[in-house]
Amino acid sequence: MWRRFRRDRTGMVCAGVVLFFFALGLLAPVISRLYGKDPYTLYGQDRPGLLNEYGYPIKPNGGIDGEFWFGIEPILGRDVLTQLLYGIRTSLLIALAVTVATVVTAIVLGVAAGYLGGRTDYLIGRTIDLLLAFPAQLFFIAFLPVVVALFVDPQDETPTYVRVLALIAVQWFLGWMGLARILRAQVLSLREREFIEAAKLSGASPWRIIHKELLPNLVTPILVQATLMLPNFVTAEAGLSFLGVGMVEPTPDWGRMFAIGAKVYQNDLTYMFFPGVAMVVFIVAFNLLGDSIRDAFDPRTTR
Amino acid sequence: MLRFLVRRTLGAIVILLLISAFTFFLFYAVPRDPALLACGKNCDSESVALIRHNMGLDDPIPVQYWEYMSGIVTGRDFAAGSCPAPCLGYSFDDSAPVWDTLVDRFPTTLSLALGGGAVFLTVGLGAGLIAAWKRGTWVDKTFSSLSLVLSSMQIYFVGPLVLALLVYNNEILGQPSYVPFTENPVEWFSGLLIPWCVLSVIFTANYTRMARATMIEQLQEEHVRMARAKGMSGRTVFFRYAWRGSLIPIVTIFGVDMGSLFGGAIITEATFALPGLGTLAVDSVQELDLPMTMGVMLFAATMIVIFNIIVDATYALIDPRVRLS
Repeated sequence: MWRRFRRDRTGMVCAGVVLFFFALGLLAPVISRLYGKDPYTLYGQDRPGLLNEYGYPIKPNGGIDGEFWFGIEPILGRDVLTQLLYGIRTSLLIALAVTVATVVTAIVLGVAAGYLGGRTDYLIGRTIDLLLAFPAQLFFIAFLPVVVALFVDPQDETPTYVRVLALIAVQWFLGWMGLARILRAQVLSLREREFIEAAKLSGASPWRIIHKELLPNLVTPILVQATLMLPNFVTAEAGLSFLGVGMVEPTPDWGRMFAIGAKVYQNDLTYMFFPGVAMVVFIVAFNLLGDSIRDAFDPRTTR
Repeated sequence: MLRFLVRRTLGAIVILLLISAFTFFLFYAVPRDPALLACGKNCDSESVALIRHNMGLDDPIPVQYWEYMSGIVTGRDFAAGSCPAPCLGYSFDDSAPVWDTLVDRFPTTLSLALGGGAVFLTVGLGAGLIAAWKRGTWVDKTFSSLSLVLSSMQIYFVGPLVLALLVYNNEILGQPSYVPFTENPVEWFSGLLIPWCVLSVIFTANYTRMARATMIEQLQEEHVRMARAKGMSGRTVFFRYAWRGSLIPIVTIFGVDMGSLFGGAIITEATFALPGLGTLAVDSVQELDLPMTMGVMLFAATMIVIFNIIVDATYALIDPRVRLS
């Protein structure tokens, strides 16, 4: 499997790109220290000569120069490179957490529905049908404040970690159904196979059968689906922040950079260029990686 | 067919009831007092109590839910006046009836969804069919990689980019806006052209990929091979035989996409500042306007279940082997 993947050149390049993005997120503090800036200081306001009287960078192309590699943010005058690094960090952290939570839920419920059958299967199946009829994006927008308000008194300042948890919770709530359905179908067909029968006859407990016989056979769909899911969670979270209901100032966030970009694009298009191109590269690489992983696991698929 | 429709409609009503109940209870679990919000500043406890009573907020939540739901069917009488049949309550923000606001905003969303749908369906299907027809050639490869890159674009990135290029720097088109079709069809078209195209950017790729894959699959099917063996021309086989079988997955995703678009294309509407259901939802959430949020939510969910039924019914029309059950 690994050898097959190694031979897939596109897959290897994309895996490299994806790892690079995760490394950027992970090492954001180190990189910004080496680079000598942080995402919070308002350089443009502290130092004259960077922003003009309307709050836009004086130098061409969004104020890109030897000091500010990706330019400076209009109006507030923060450094774009560190903003982007820390933004990627926030977004990837949330997307990873949602993916893990979703996959675990999908495994538990999907395997339970498929293996136990009967009333459990019916109940989980109907729950999935119900949740699939929810308008997802609308649900996220409407329930983010609700989830936040459950933990924090509206009069108080909302701590950042509560916002992060709320973002994870709402996306998790409507995210697990697809994979759970796939796993249920897989388990249903696996359940009838001889090796499960043999394990049952030799007196293995249901837990042991699920753990030792079923789960190893489910690794492929889980891994493939998880790689396809993660970029969707990244863009969904970015979309929420773009709409102004996700992460709020001053926490740097990938999606919120687009919200600022949409406000200033008439005068400073360069600002949006870096987060935008970074996101396209990331999503393309991740999608291609998903295809390559599927091909590596299942050589029969033709592209 | 009729039995199928009746059964599915009943199922849809059950799902909608559950969604509404879930939404309602969660909303009212929020520790915020809507009456206090409606009252505004300089508000004493007496007038808060009065407003709470007028809004029906002093009843227990299940009672409130029952009143809300029966209001949709029969209308409701508030202290301020009566609210006719599909009554979804009044906005906390501007006291307008929620139903009227929804009806007012829906044409924008409808125009956006129909026009966008027309664009991404034709472009996506066309590109997919051409790619399948020219399988393995450079045309196929170009289309496939183009659709991969385009599908990785985001509306909030492409939108401002297109606006900057076409509207502000070159003034080829005007700022996107919504003009009712009945008022001025030309302005309706030109005002929505950019949003349609940008909306299509992210949807098209899905159709291209799906159309290409299913067409290639269909071309290897027995009945297609049979038609070929009988000596039919490649074009007849392609458009008469293979095409039909590849429609089912397309219809499925098209129905799902339209269902969600009819409930508001939130990010597109926000990017181009179009006054549709999506922007209504975002605004009402930020204003803590619970009846309005609830109304948009129910409306959008209704659209999704209606389109699910339409999709399932269409299967039978396309493929006579499918039995409705």
